[in-house]
Amino acid sequence: MVDQIARLPRTASPLFPGFSLDSVRRGAEAILIPVGALLATAIVFGLFVAAAGADPLETYSLMYRGAFGTWFSWQNTLQRTAPLLLTALCVALPAKLGLVIIGGEGALVMGGLVSAAVGAALIGVPPWLLLGLMAMAGMAAGGAWIALAGALRQFRGVNETISSLLLAYIAIALMNHMVEGPLRDPASLNKPSTPPLGEANMIGSIPGLDVHWGLVFGLIACLAAYVLMQRTTFGFGARMVGGNVRAARMAGLSVTTLSMITCFLAGASAGLAGMVEVAAVHGSAKASLVAGYGYTGILIAFIARQNPLAVIPVALMFGGIAASGGLLQRRLDLPDATILVLQGIAFVMILASDTLYGRFRIFQPRG
Amino acid sequence: MEDLGWWGVVLAVLAGAIRVSTPFLFVSLGELLTEKSGRINLGLEGTLVMGAMSGYAISYLTGSPWLGVLVAGVAGALFGMLHAAICSLPRVNDIAVGIALMLLGTGLAFFLGKAFIQPQAPILPAIDFGWWSDVPQVRAALQINVLFVIGLLLAPFLLWVLTNTRWGLIVRTVGDSADAARAMGYSVDLVRLAATMAGGFLAGIGGSFLSLYYPGSWNEGLSSGQGLMAVALVIFARWHPIRCLGAALLFGGAGALGPALQSVGVSQGYYLFNAAPYVLTLVIMIATCSPTRTLAGAPGELSITK
Repeated sequence: MVDQIARLPRTASPLFPGFSLDSVRRGAEAILIPVGALLATAIVFGLFVAAAGADPLETYSLMYRGAFGTWFSWQNTLQRTAPLLLTALCVALPAKLGLVIIGGEGALVMGGLVSAAVGAALIGVPPWLLLGLMAMAGMAAGGAWIALAGALRQFRGVNETISSLLLAYIAIALMNHMVEGPLRDPASLNKPSTPPLGEANMIGSIPGLDVHWGLVFGLIACLAAYVLMQRTTFGFGARMVGGNVRAARMAGLSVTTLSMITCFLAGASAGLAGMVEVAAVHGSAKASLVAGYGYTGILIAFIARQNPLAVIPVALMFGGIAASGGLLQRRLDLPDATILVLQGIAFVMILASDTLYGRFRIFQPRG
Repeated sequence: MEDLGWWGVVLAVLAGAIRVSTPFLFVSLGELLTEKSGRINLGLEGTLVMGAMSGYAISYLTGSPWLGVLVAGVAGALFGMLHAAICSLPRVNDIAVGIALMLLGTGLAFFLGKAFIQPQAPILPAIDFGWWSDVPQVRAALQINVLFVIGLLLAPFLLWVLTNTRWGLIVRTVGDSADAARAMGYSVDLVRLAATMAGGFLAGIGGSFLSLYYPGSWNEGLSSGQGLMAVALVIFARWHPIRCLGAALLFGGAGALGPALQSVGVSQGYYLFNAAPYVLTLVIMIATCSPTRTLAGAPGELSITK
């Protein structure tokens, strides 16, 4: 009772006008709880590695070296961060509307396949035009793939989580079919692939780095997604749908339009990841496009709490973890699935930590 | 060997329906039980892979495939326990936890199963129901595994438990209205824990069928979404165990289409035919779901249909 008087309005700190302590508290909660969950993950994973017969501290120091220890490993990490930024957006954008889309792998594969087909068909046009057309085709294909899951949800009430994952399996089957059949390059013998783009038509590296431009695309996409969702009317509408569909309908928002556009953008970003993998890494569409980036993207989006800006550091961390996998395999004889186990533990911990929000008094607004 | 031509394809699809459907059947019955208690476990895909790995490993280490089946079930129940424990925390989303356990189960199975990819473990025996026939394909088709027979009996048994017993009533009450169950003095979390663990147990057994009978070895590409398709299958079956049985046979047949066509020399579009079960699942979901009304038979507390 006495407290209440003492806690009466103090919206802005006297020293910095417009700066409220409450926003700091909320921000601290949003950062410290996931960090705490990741620390808990580190402990559980350490125990797991110890049970498997490896020294946890050595494992972590090797992971650090493999991810960020040298200039070479930094570049390896950044190379893997690029597609992860884009596949995480494929989960984070629909999540604003309350949709749980987990089929980013399918959109990535479709984007890669269609852009490789376009590239093979139009070989001979100037590289910048070719790459532009490939990117557009890849984004359209990936966008259509996730928009399909969104449409099924909107018009038929089909659960989008299940349908998007089924569509991912279908996309992989479709790619295998095209790569081994109609689009197969006769010169690819053991590992069937589409005709190679050729060195001259590939996306080059960022000057001074051995990292391709896909990283820049990913960063721009994350910034654009943030602006779209937090600073535009469209984003406000989308977040309103995610908060309360009925209220959004009452306010006259078209839920269908908002969710179709958002799903298309989400799929387009994963499709762009596929195009970048084809045009900057593999040089053609083939089975190695299915590398699990779509699934890691789900985890990244959840850790980033579906915030496109927070996706950037989290994707960097998981790019690093993926990059260090090879070193763990060589030096500690741990199987490549070690990384999957770490991701699984992190995912479980992060979701369990959802229960902690609002539990700590220190994070609560005092105003 | 006689040449049966296209009849061979039909026979192979029918035989495949029996063989391939068993994991679908177990996982979907497990998922059905979990969903009847009002919670959805999308992680059964991970449970399935974990069951396949642990069953195979135990069978290899002890020489007893049946012990492998049991351990696979226990591993599944442990995963179910983890799912139920995390979901019982306030404000935790059961669908997201399912996705996480899908990743964790698969990763853990790949990690622990690395050593068991090469060796050949003793696998489950089959009962020869085709002794009366002279046609080798028919005899092969009627080599039926005991687990399928158990699954066949399990479906009506589960229906009986859910409709006619006190336990079944409690599970359904919790699934339809948690508040009503609480008012009657039942612990919602405890009932869901039991239902999710039992569901995980069945899914683990379904996984052990993959590694211990058909295809009958352990490798990382063993499961290709069967656990997830089983979730869709439960929706298609409208939460009814007997319809689950029919749906599982249908899915098994779709899954057997690709290999059956390949065996008669149709190799064009092999990958496309292999995608048949996914397409079938999607088509079925489009046909059965509706944006405006809740599905008949859906437990009231289920987040996926709300």
